[in-house]
Amino acid sequence: MRELSYAEAIREALQQEMQRDERVFIIGEDVGVYGGAFGVTLGLVEEFGEERVIDTPISELGIAGAITGAALMGMRPVGEIMFMDFTTLAMEQLVNQAAKIRFMFGGKAKVPFVLRTPAGSGTGAAAQHSQSLENWFVHVPGLKVVMPSTPYDAKGLLIASIRDDNPVIFIEHKLLYKVKGPVPEEPYTIPLGTTEVKREGRDLTIIATSIMVQRSLEAAQQLAEEGIEVEVIDPRTLKPLDKEPLIRSVMKTGRVLIVHEACKTGGYGGELAAVIAESEAFDYLDVPIIRLAGRDMPIPYNRTLEYHTVPQVENIVQAARDLARGRM
Amino acid sequence: MSLSETKKRELLRQMYTIRAFEEKAEQLYAMGKVHGTMHLSIGMEASAVGSIAALRPDDLILSTHRGHGHCIAKGADLRLMMAEFMGKEAGYCRGRGGSMHIADVKGGNLGANGVVGGGIPIAVGVGLSLKMQKRDQIILCFFGDGAANLGPFHEALNMAAIWKLPVVFVCENNQYAMSLSVKKAFPIERISDRAAAYGMPGVTVDGNDVMAVYEAVSQAVKRARAGEGPTLIENVTYRWRGHSKSDANRYRTREEIEAWKQKCPIKRFRARLIEEGILTEEEADRIAQEAYAAVDAAVAFAEASPEPALETIEEGVYA
Ligand SMILES: Cc1ncc(C[n+]2csc(CCOP(=O)(O)OP(=O)(O)O)c2C)c(N)n1
Ligand SMILES: [Mg+2]
Repeated sequence: MRELSYAEAIREALQQEMQRDERVFIIGEDVGVYGGAFGVTLGLVEEFGEERVIDTPISELGIAGAITGAALMGMRPVGEIMFMDFTTLAMEQLVNQAAKIRFMFGGKAKVPFVLRTPAGSGTGAAAQHSQSLENWFVHVPGLKVVMPSTPYDAKGLLIASIRDDNPVIFIEHKLLYKVKGPVPEEPYTIPLGTTEVKREGRDLTIIATSIMVQRSLEAAQQLAEEGIEVEVIDPRTLKPLDKEPLIRSVMKTGRVLIVHEACKTGGYGGELAAVIAESEAFDYLDVPIIRLAGRDMPIPYNRTLEYHTVPQVENIVQAARDLARGRM
Repeated sequence: MSLSETKKRELLRQMYTIRAFEEKAEQLYAMGKVHGTMHLSIGMEASAVGSIAALRPDDLILSTHRGHGHCIAKGADLRLMMAEFMGKEAGYCRGRGGSMHIADVKGGNLGANGVVGGGIPIAVGVGLSLKMQKRDQIILCFFGDGAANLGPFHEALNMAAIWKLPVVFVCENNQYAMSLSVKKAFPIERISDRAAAYGMPGVTVDGNDVMAVYEAVSQAVKRARAGEGPTLIENVTYRWRGHSKSDANRYRTREEIEAWKQKCPIKRFRARLIEEGILTEEEADRIAQEAYAAVDAAVAFAEASPEPALETIEEGVYA
């Protein structure tokens, strides 16, 4: 199959949805001729014009409000916040307005938008341009939260998100933009709320999100050479969460390692651990559930410190090995 | 408020130092010696230098992502700045902050900022406490044209105005917020016109004329120190380089950039000082050479400095 980068896959999803549905438009900072800070929307303003690829002033709350209002009016806006860190400026509209309108209005209105934003560290951009704040959104009923880990998933999940009737926070990862993978040319959807087993294994389950899926797959490859068979699972959408595949996997392996980049305390790993602990898989656990996550600290600028702030392949290998060989 | 000849020479030296620092920063980046990104203020030196020249040494500033110039003009130690830029333990922020977060708290620089407009509301708190503590210092808050379109700008200006806080707001209008031209981002000609809405004076200045900037900011400082409240100053200038390291300049023309380069604030001030008989060509050259040499020495210091120790990684999150 043809290969695209993660950024190209997202661009193609936007392009195909804009071709299919006139109500879809893009709005954000520097999304036009600049193509977005990471080049994701490059070329779209040339194809669709400034009316459908709208450059805004630096007004994050304004962007969030604009997509909320437009969605209320029957449009299908795709907003972009240049760095996830700046969704903090947009929170009021996202959390108090967009997320709650459907419910507060007794189901008489809907807010079908997508808000795309890149998260994650590894680019030397320091504490205010490197955060992984997905759990802020997971905590808010009414929002859906999507975090693709491959180009294939990025395209299918973005198209599904645009067609979804709810506000969707679509979280990309800066280091994934250049990662390549097979992507079909025709439009396709991956339903929100479908967990995928990315690699099968019998000894241990790794549940990972976003870039940590890629790192876990690399770790699994290395561990296979040592005779440890790791199953790697990607929830893909944090909300809604498709729990069954996680539970089934843990019942098979009895050991689970959860890996994400966001700070450990209050991170999504806690939720995943609780889901497992509350399920029938609890009785199948041979060892305690282990979380490997970002340290509870801001992302430092220094390259070495930055590297050691979030899980890397070698940390996953080490943790998985310890867990696989742990007590029965 | 005329400046002594010595002070004028000092301003030229500062402008050359900023230029030298940023040219070197660019080279180091190209050589792979620093990572991340950086925002250069080459072409905007008069705005930083002229504004800060109007302050007393114990006054305070808040800076931006494009803050090297502010930091140098405020009297920072180039060696500690360069060490920070290279992520070293000896740097102003122990290598944790980098180019976008350099702060020299002791020297009165309360920090660059990675968030556009992030410093503007902080200026309110600084001004409020200066007033509560009955101190006669003032806070000068830099921000870009882009920042003037964020909600926090409006909240902060109003608060500073109603409480007559000792704040000077300096908007460095360099014509673009990343790729967005001020022509598309504002329905008004002058950003300083917004001051009227908050009941404070608004002044637009030729931001490439260091003396004009100095004069305008001096008035605002005087007013702030006298307890009469804030002023909004707009320094009209231009950034020669791309927004950051990932800018293909697709939103502007080469001609436009060239035209602004003709208005180089350093060349202009140098010519003026020579014309006024304050400097000879040779003396001006020497000032420039000394600036470049000081930056080279800072690089040597930074390169010889140790990296932060990995064991210290979790230090400093809490006081
Ligand atoms: C709240 C926020 N939104 C977006 C960004 C990304 N960003 C960094 S600098 C910049 C442009 C800033 O323009 P301006 O305020 O005019 O300052 P300049 O870069 O021109 O000096 C943008 C959009 C950011 N850092 N913070
Ligand atoms: Mg600007």
